[in-house]
Order: sequence, then structure tokens, then C-alpha cells
Amino acid sequence: MRALILVGGFGTRLRPLTLSRPKPLVEFCNKALLLHQLEALRQAGVSHVVLAVSYMSEALGAAMREQEQRLGIRISLSHEKEPLGTGRVRAAGSGRGRGRAQAGRRRPGDTGVGTGAAGPLALARDLLAEGGEPFFVLNSDVICEFPFAALARFHRQHGGEGSLVVTRVEEPAKYGVVVSEADTGRICRFVEKPRVFVSNKINAGLYIFSPGILQRIQLRPTSIEKEIFPAMAQEGQLYAMELQGFWMDIGQPKDFLTGMCMYLQALRAQHPEKLHSGPGVVGNVLVLCPPVPTLAKWRGLYRELWLPSRPWCSPSSFQDPSAKIGANCVIGPNVTIGAGVVVEDGVRIKRCTVLKGARIRSHSWLESCIVGWSCSVGQWVRMENVTVLGEDVIVNDELYLNGANVLPHKSIAESVPEPRIIM
Amino acid sequence: MPLKAVILIGGPQKGTRFRPLSFEVPKPLFPVAGVPMVQHHIEACAKVPGMKEILLMGFYQPHEALSRFLVSAQQEFKIPIRYLQEYAALGTGGGIYHFRDQILSGGAEAFFVLNADVCSEFPLQEMLEFRQQHGDAHSFVILGTTANRTQALNYGCIVANADTQEVQHYVEKPSTFVSEIINCGIYLFTPDIFQHIGEVFQRNQQELVLEESSNGWQRAEVIRLEQDVFTALAGSGKLYVYKTDGFWSQIKSAGSAIYASRLYLNQYSKSHPERLAQNKPGGPVIRGNVYIHPTASIDSTAVLGPNVSIGEGVTVGAGVRVRESIVLHGASLHDHTCVLNTIVGWDSTIGRWARVEGTPSDPNPNDPYAKIDSETLFRDGRLTPSITILGCSVTIPAEVVILNSIVLPHKELSRSYKNQIIL
Repeated sequence: MRALILVGGFGTRLRPLTLSRPKPLVEFCNKALLLHQLEALRQAGVSHVVLAVSYMSEALGAAMREQEQRLGIRISLSHEKEPLGTGRVRAAGSGRGRGRAQAGRRRPGDTGVGTGAAGPLALARDLLAEGGEPFFVLNSDVICEFPFAALARFHRQHGGEGSLVVTRVEEPAKYGVVVSEADTGRICRFVEKPRVFVSNKINAGLYIFSPGILQRIQLRPTSIEKEIFPAMAQEGQLYAMELQGFWMDIGQPKDFLTGMCMYLQALRAQHPEKLHSGPGVVGNVLVLCPPVPTLAKWRGLYRELWLPSRPWCSPSSFQDPSAKIGANCVIGPNVTIGAGVVVEDGVRIKRCTVLKGARIRSHSWLESCIVGWSCSVGQWVRMENVTVLGEDVIVNDELYLNGANVLPHKSIAESVPEPRIIM
Repeated sequence: MPLKAVILIGGPQKGTRFRPLSFEVPKPLFPVAGVPMVQHHIEACAKVPGMKEILLMGFYQPHEALSRFLVSAQQEFKIPIRYLQEYAALGTGGGIYHFRDQILSGGAEAFFVLNADVCSEFPLQEMLEFRQQHGDAHSFVILGTTANRTQALNYGCIVANADTQEVQHYVEKPSTFVSEIINCGIYLFTPDIFQHIGEVFQRNQQELVLEESSNGWQRAEVIRLEQDVFTALAGSGKLYVYKTDGFWSQIKSAGSAIYASRLYLNQYSKSHPERLAQNKPGGPVIRGNVYIHPTASIDSTAVLGPNVSIGEGVTVGAGVRVRESIVLHGASLHDHTCVLNTIVGWDSTIGRWARVEGTPSDPNPNDPYAKIDSETLFRDGRLTPSITILGCSVTIPAEVVILNSIVLPHKELSRSYKNQIIL
């Protein structure tokens, strides 16, 4: 089977992290965002993945070649020349004055989730049509327990042209909801921001289509959610499968952290052994790698024998993958600590992602932060309220950062008491 | 030459800007650099050769803390120290006039008058010598210092003859610029001063008789040295100013207590090196000037200073950071707390990883003549960011941040606070 992943543009919503590397390569819970999807697709029997990107990056190309090797699948990049030309933006932009900025500010699950796949679909038409099999289409910002195998089964069973995954939300009025028949899942209609309750299910941004859909997409820019889906629903060709478990669009830092909490909770249920435990660890904490027997020999052995089956350790972190956590720390709940991270003594961290190579100096206190790669956070620093440090940021001792958004390679010498962007 | 000294300590109606700290202890007994504010005055007076007696004068009711202090100070400085209680607030001149017999008893040829709410090098010996050089044994001397042009308006301003230093003009808190030389609130008088105060008293009495209708609370005995006496003496050849370049500051607000502490701690390196904590193996890390009461218990991993005073019986836990702060007796700082620009009240408790931080109200460091601003609590309807003050027996929970706030006594907080007065 084949799959199209809609990667899109510069990932501006996840800045400052995406100033240093393409969004698909930002680690989410110690694994590049895209790998979560690639691995789930491979497990569902996908052998060829097409990434629809609107900007090219050497790093992405190299990483994909590496993953082709590791996963034994083919990965192609489908490059749209027009930035953000993912159908929806162009289609909407022409008529209703919505432009790039609007797309950049997209809220999670705006119309459900979808970048409006029609453009990339048309572009990758030949690759996808080959073989005549149904193919997956998914949004790259979505994190959940990807139900690809179940989705393929569901699709074969109903025999319609398309299936989409829906997820329940608490407040449907914020979203575009999907109204479907309870027993068959056949979609009746889509309602944008319903005023009265019609449904609590929204488009989760994961689809499977039969190749026939490609006939519906013309070469002109088209929004799949706005134009193709309603038409398919009217013909009774579109079905909805409800997602079990968590779902999050992690395209921006606040939701990235919420998604991390959900992911770790799911990991607790399914692979508790992957979570860290020990003195000072509270709740769900993911540390790369969990301490292994102290002898270097054992560690080498561990890497060779165990790592291939533990693909959340990316090969590039092989120097010394284990993070170090000092004495008298209290870590968790909901913390992810990347490779080579050093957490010194007496540090308190909760609800944070600390990316590879960062150092958190002693007695600091962090809550709801993303600490970028190779950052250094000084002693007695307090950071909270979705503070995001870009790559290689230095925070001097004893500072207080409240909701600071710090661009890469900055050195911070003064407290940021109110949320602010530090250029 | 037999000398005496009078220290004007005011009363409970004064020093309200020092709340909530003055609720617990008379402001003159508030510890600055580890010892009660007036002890610095007493020590300076006791050092002057010929000093026979030191009189504290004010309108506090007899007070246990005050009596205990007097007893211990007499023992320490081997000099008679008495408290003279005014029957009402008589003003800076009225009090000494009322007690003139007490002051002159024992044949004092001259006496100092010092306001308790200043911190200074107290160049008392220099004032005596200065008077000697000017040849007039009956002249009075005001200690003066240089302020900048804008801040001078908040003080008593002195215009003096550049050669003789005779005071030609004196005005208290003018609305336009008069002079950069300001009154330090420290005077050297001969018994002749009582003639001049007596004249004011007579005049007041006559005026009161003339103004039958005047409201009853006005008393002839209420006399202000500055407005009533100095203004009249200026230009008469009796009043001189001795200008000092030594440190000097008012201690009006709690914020200025931290600044005054710094000035005195700096002085300790010469005057009392034994009061300054040193880095010792097994002891905490000391940065700059730090006073630690011998009964305090400090973890060896704590980092203190610069400008920190730790009071009696204080407990400082592991990995605690304290800078530019006063920690009063019985307080307890739990592990990993960070305390910056704060006065921690008696018996207060700060939970681990909490951050308690204020904004320093230091004078402009780039202006050698800048003084600490007598700040108002509110500016434009908003609380002015100032040092954080925890009243007595305040409990701060673990992991919160308290920023630029004033917490009244006996409060148990349960969350973070910023820029608030917590009743």
C-alpha cells in the first residue's frame, strides 16, 4: 500500500523550533514527528510513502533516505513549487481573502484537520494511482494511536470511495463537525462551527481513498474538505471511522505539550516498560535512553541488540544516548527528556519536553516548557507557561521566564515576566 | 569635652511606609545588616570620645523589645542608654526641648541629634573637628551630603557659603531647585540651641493665644527643627554644614532597608570583618557581603549573597539561593528555593522550589549622587514593582512564584502571586 503525508510548509506555528529543523524532524516524545507516522504506516503494510512538501530541505531528504534504509520502505518527496500550495489555501485564498497568514494561524482541528489535500493529491496522482490499491492520506501534525490497519479494513468493508477518521471533541462549536450514520458510518454532511449540537465528531486528518477519488480532482487548485468531501458525502461514497484513544494536532507549542501528555499516558497503558521510573520520578516520564547496566560493554550490547527494536532511539543519537539526571531531582509528571540531556542536581521538571543535548542546571524549576536542542538553562531558573527555547539558547542563572518564546542561539540575561517573543 | 547623643526614634504613627514589617517590631529595631537599625547609630555615638550618655527619644509606649534592646546595648557598648518617652509627638525640635534638662544634665557641652531612620557612616568625630576648625565653639553643625538636582527636592536643602560652609539659606522640601546639598538628619548642637527652640516655643504660644479659634490639638510644644529652627538660623552665622562624601541613605520604605543593609555590610569589611560570612569548607557558598547570625542553620549547598542578612535561628535548606535579601529570625527556606530582592518575615516558611522575587529599588548606579527614591506604593493606579515583603509567619507553598508582592502577616498562600498586596 501507499500513503501520502501532507507535510506542507515551514511549520511557522511551531517556531522557534522549526527555525532549526523541518517540522517533521522535530522530536515528539523523543522520536521525530514524521517517524511516528512512518512507523505506523509501515506496520499497516505501507511500502511506499510520499511526502508532500512545499519547501525542500536537505536535512529532510537525508533523514528520509536514512529512514528508507531503516524501515525498508520507499519514501518519495513530492515538492510543490508554490509554498503552502496545498489546495485549500489557494482555493480559499482566491475567493475569500484567506492567505498564508491565516493558514499559519490554523487552530487545531479547524475544520477537523486537513491541509486541503487536493493539490498534493493531484501532484502525486501517478504515484498513488499505481497498483490500483486504496492509499492513505494523512496530515503530518496529527498525533494519535494511528489506526491504519483498522482504517484499511473499515474501508474495504464499506466499499465506498473514501474513509476518514473522526475523533470526538468536547466543544464541537469550535470546529467543523462530521455528521454520519451511527451504524454504517456513512457521512451525511459536514457542518462548519455548528450553533446547535449536531455531532461531536471532527475530521482527524487521516484518510484512506480508493484510486477513484483521483478522478474527482482536477488540475486546478481544489480544497478537499470544502469541495471534494461534500460531493463524495452526497453520493454516499464517504465513511467515517471513529478513533479510539487520544488525538491531538500538535502543530503549535501549547498543543505539542498537551499531545505529549496524552502520548505518555497511552504509553503508560501499552508499553509501561518504556517509561522511566526511579527515585524522584513522578508519573509518566520518558527518558532517552533509560539507564542500562553501568558497564560500557553492556551499554554497547544494549545498543546493538535492543535499539533496532526500539526505534524511538534515532541513530544520530548514538554517541551517548543516555540522559543524565542528577540527585534530588523531581521529574514528572509528563516529561520527555532527550538524548544526551544533562539534568543537574535538585531540578524540578513537570510537563516539559527537553530536547537532545540540553543542560538544565541545578535547582531550576520548569513547567510547561519546550527546551530546544543544546540549550543551557542556568541555576535557579524558573520557566513556565509554554516557554519555548529555540536551539542553543542560553538562559543565565536565576532568571524567570514566563511564556517566553526565544529564537535560536540567543543568550538571555534578563527575566521575562510576561509572555513575549525574544528575537 | 562631655558629650551626649539623642537618637530620634519616632513612634508607632510614624514609619507606616515600613508596613507590614513595622507591625511586629518598632521600625528602629528592624534589623539592618544583622543588627537593629539604631544600633548602628549607638555604636557610632559610643565611639566618640567624651560621650557620656545616649538618649533614645520617641513616643513609643514602653515596649518589651525596646527595653531588652536597651539593656543589651548598654552592656555591649558600656555606656548609659536611656529611653525618653514624649507624652505626644512633639516634632524633631519639641522633643529635645521638652527633655532639655535631661540632655544637659551632667554638664554636656555639646550633643548630637540623629534621626533613627537614616543609615550613614556617621562621621561624628569629623563634625566635631569641623566645628573646631571654624573657631566658633557655639556654632551648630548639620551633616550634609550631595544629591542630584531632581531628588534634592525631597529633602531639606542647604545653601552654604563655599568658603566658610556657613548656612545661608535652608528650606525643607522645596518645590523648585534650591541646592544640591541636602540635610542628612544628623546634627551637632550646643546647649545654645535651646534658646532658639525656646524662641519658637514662645512665638507658638503667642500665636495660639491670638488664634483662640484654633483647633485644640495644636500645641506650642510641637516644634520642627528643620522648618522652624534651621530656616530662622540660616544666615545668622550660627549654623554650619559639614559635607560628607561617605555613604548615606534614608530608610523610609522596606525597600530601602535592603539598600541600607548593603551599605552597612560594605562598611563591615572595615569596621566589623567578623560579622561577614566567609567561604569555609563544609559551609555554604558566600558571594560578596553576607551576614549570618551564628544560630542560623545553613545547608552547605546553599548559595548566599551578595547583600544577604540571615537572622537568628533561620533554616536554609539544600540548594537554596538568596541574593539581595533580608531573612528575619525563625524563617525557614526549604530546599531549592530562590529568594531575590525580598524581605522574608519572622517565622515565615517558603516551600521547596518556590521563587520569591522583588524588584530592587536601588538608586541609579550611574549617578554617584543619586538617592533611593521615596517611592509611592502605587503609580498610575498600579502597584509599583518593588521588593517583595513577606510579613511575619507567612507560608509560601512549594513550587510557586511570588513576584513584586507584599504579603501581610499570618497569611498562608496557596498559589502564585504577581504584583499584588495580599491582605
